[in-house]
Amino acid sequence: MIIDLARFLAEERKHWTELETTLERMERHPEQRMRLTELLKFHELYERTSADLAKIETFASEPEIRKYLEGLVARAYGEIHETREKQKRLNPWRWFVETFPQTFRRHVAAFWISLAVTVAGCVFGGVAIRIDPDAKHIIMPFPALNGDPSERVRKEETEKQDKMAGNKSTFAAQLMTHNTQVAIFTMALGITWGAGTAIELFYNGVILGAVAVDYVYAGQARFLLGWLLPHGVVEIPSILLGGQAGFLLASALIGWGSRKTRGQRLREIVPDLVTIIIGAGVLLVWAGIVESFLSQYHQPVIPYALKIAFGAVELLALTLFLSRSGLAAERSSAK
Amino acid sequence: MTHARTNMLLLRTPEGIVFSLPLAGPMSRFLAWGVDVACITAATSLLRQILGLFGGAGFASATYAIAYFVISIGYGIAFEWYWRGQTLGKRVLNLRVMDVQALRLEFGQVVVRNLLRFVDLLPGLYLVGGTACVLSRRFQRLGDLAANTIVVRNPQIAQPNLEQLLGGKFNSLLEYRHLAARLRQRTSPQAAAVALEALLRRDELDPKARLEVFQGLADHFHSLADFPPEAVEQLSDEQYVRNVVEILYRRAGKS
Repeated sequence: MIIDLARFLAEERKHWTELETTLERMERHPEQRMRLTELLKFHELYERTSADLAKIETFASEPEIRKYLEGLVARAYGEIHETREKQKRLNPWRWFVETFPQTFRRHVAAFWISLAVTVAGCVFGGVAIRIDPDAKHIIMPFPALNGDPSERVRKEETEKQDKMAGNKSTFAAQLMTHNTQVAIFTMALGITWGAGTAIELFYNGVILGAVAVDYVYAGQARFLLGWLLPHGVVEIPSILLGGQAGFLLASALIGWGSRKTRGQRLREIVPDLVTIIIGAGVLLVWAGIVESFLSQYHQPVIPYALKIAFGAVELLALTLFLSRSGLAAERSSAK
Repeated sequence: MTHARTNMLLLRTPEGIVFSLPLAGPMSRFLAWGVDVACITAATSLLRQILGLFGGAGFASATYAIAYFVISIGYGIAFEWYWRGQTLGKRVLNLRVMDVQALRLEFGQVVVRNLLRFVDLLPGLYLVGGTACVLSRRFQRLGDLAANTIVVRNPQIAQPNLEQLLGGKFNSLLEYRHLAARLRQRTSPQAAAVALEALLRRDELDPKARLEVFQGLADHFHSLADFPPEAVEQLSDEQYVRNVVEILYRRAGKS
């Protein structure tokens, strides 16, 4: 237990300082690559400091120095033992047209589950509103949806003034941020082993189904399609993408049939969660603009047929994008 | 990787070196979050004032709505990524987010732990996250569990000035080399560290407490090696402990 601490410090401190300086440089400039000689020196310093730590733990010593050395070893350990591929500089366009759809396809089963839960909610909401129309204000607790659909259509179609004048950009911003929050929340609820994600999607489905059935049975199917399709064909799939990410997170937590630890499973899916949710966020920016600048205008300002056609084209484009985009790059990297 | 019953995460490197990371508890993390909330509030308020100068209510409120959203979500992501695991609040409280295996923090981990905050904040004031943090072995909120991250306290160095502490004075105990060797053999690392700490912090203790501490330590070291009365009779308890520390921390045979 005898150690000449003063001498030990005098001899070793310069190496610790050198390691600390190297670590600070690496942390400040993570994009810089080391030359081979620098790498060898870094490794040597790490091993020397580790050995000093072992020495100082064996002998009685000043606890602050041990903590300092532990801190140095911990920081260097992360750099030396990191085996995950270092992140390349991000190309946003390439990420959006290749990485995002590829990631979506890789976990498409979670998207189908997300869709199935939402459809189940739609069916429930539709049936509920037919069985008990008086429960509309409970099923859809939003004043704008509680009125008579035919009355609303009549008002919208005879509106002389532009009710959105001066507010379109604010409304678009609110829609973008709100819907993105919903998508993030749906993903985050995956931490409840997927139960929260399923409830959130089901509830969204209930409202959607109830609104749809309410308008269809009021004879306003054309208005409904013209109103919802332009933004809904992008907005709803984006929320489903949030659900996909949520179920992905849940599956990593549960780990059915996997021999990997929970930590390993989570580590593997984290980059995909981020890709899916950021992709959903990008789509929701588009959905917000469309909802504010197009969906709120009805016949005779914009013919329903045109709005429905626009929505159909968007749906087709989104389907092709998610199912085909980045396929060529995927195939070439598989070869 | 093992976990002690204390708030330390112990890691063993492939070289067999064990090091510990001091985990940050819920209270210090909550305070750091408080600082971050204050920063976000200040930034968004400033932005609102600036946008107000431009007029045009539609443009200003749209920009503010988006900027508020981006700042409130992006603040944690941007700072933790740029400062390698630290936000302003964590910097003030001397905390850092790390990978649970002490590996480099990945961008995806930073994003996921910050987005999961939506659930951790429920139903308000971090109730879910705080509960998870208290129940978790590694003080992890749900976002940390999903992202495989932990929050640690940043260790800081404070090296003792041994020359100032021990230098120059005659040490009567060193005259009895066999007893000094016995003392070195029988003293535990913990007792040696406590004695050194007591000397380093002597000025922080009030006189009564200082007398009690050094009396206790002197009694302990007397029980380990019985130096003859002529070697110790003129020494106060504090000077006796000082001489013992010199024996323990100086190389054997060096006077």
